[in-house]
Amino acid sequence: MSDQTVSPETADPAASAEFAVPSAPAAWVVGPATRTDFVRYQGASGDMNPIHHDEEFAKGAGFPTPFAVGMWQASLLGTYATDWLGAENVRNFRIRFLEQVWPGDTLTCSGEVTKQYLQDGERRVDVELTCLRQTGGKAVTVWATFVVPEPGTDQENSHG
Amino acid sequence: MANPDSLGNEGTDFRMDIERGKIREFARATGSENPAYLGTENPVSPPTFLTTTFFWHDGDSNPWPTVELDQQRGLHAEQEYTFFGPPPRAGQKLTCRSRISDYFTKQGRRGGEMTFVVMTTDFHDEDGKLVAQAKMTGVETARPPAEDATSGEDS
Repeated sequence: MSDQTVSPETADPAASAEFAVPSAPAAWVVGPATRTDFVRYQGASGDMNPIHHDEEFAKGAGFPTPFAVGMWQASLLGTYATDWLGAENVRNFRIRFLEQVWPGDTLTCSGEVTKQYLQDGERRVDVELTCLRQTGGKAVTVWATFVVPEPGTDQENSHG
Repeated sequence: MANPDSLGNEGTDFRMDIERGKIREFARATGSENPAYLGTENPVSPPTFLTTTFFWHDGDSNPWPTVELDQQRGLHAEQEYTFFGPPPRAGQKLTCRSRISDYFTKQGRRGGEMTFVVMTTDFHDEDGKLVAQAKMTGVETARPPAEDATSGEDS
């Protein structure tokens, strides 16, 4: 880990603090996922790996069909989390890719607060975000840190 | 086979302009209707937006090809973004540099050695201030991932 990376270990353990954190929105269900979703994400991101859209290429590599770019489902968790805690407020977003996502999958995005604390005079929360497939298998886990602005400031939850 | 000598390799500086239309396209592609991305003149970028370095990262600025990760056995294991303030905003012109920052091996859960390689990219604003950092962890598994299509995890 870089010394510039903000991690919970660098927070003062005594600084665990009570303040109001917006409650997590209801789980967000996305899908059934389509090849069009994958291609649209690929075009937006610039990752044009053919394994995510070219049927023959994917089969040639031993997969039954193309599958989603992991960053697509990870980015869905970004959408869920920034709707919840504010686009301006994210400070760390760490993704672990687990199961692949296939055409026809229905994904469920949800999150929970794992810690709230003060760091460098800012109110912060750590959250764990999960994107589940319809099988119950985890496609992606994200650990994210957001600042929680004081009520009434400009940066308070920027999603209306 | 991945190349251990790639550890420490550093790309040349590259430029990345943060643009409103690109943020809008990315937000739409990731299911967002958040007015913080769609409803303002100079929106912040989404948490994973810096993946669009794909459009800016080429030639000598990208040290990743020197890792020579086997494409048949390669997976994206982890990706991390750290922001030292609000995420970059439309209109910002960032100067960026990537380096191969870590290289290590582990025994896989089902046997076989797995090789992990990390590329770190620093993003500096027009004043030279570090505003964001990206870390991409790739893994080369002992056998092609298609034989184990549900597993990209590292433990």
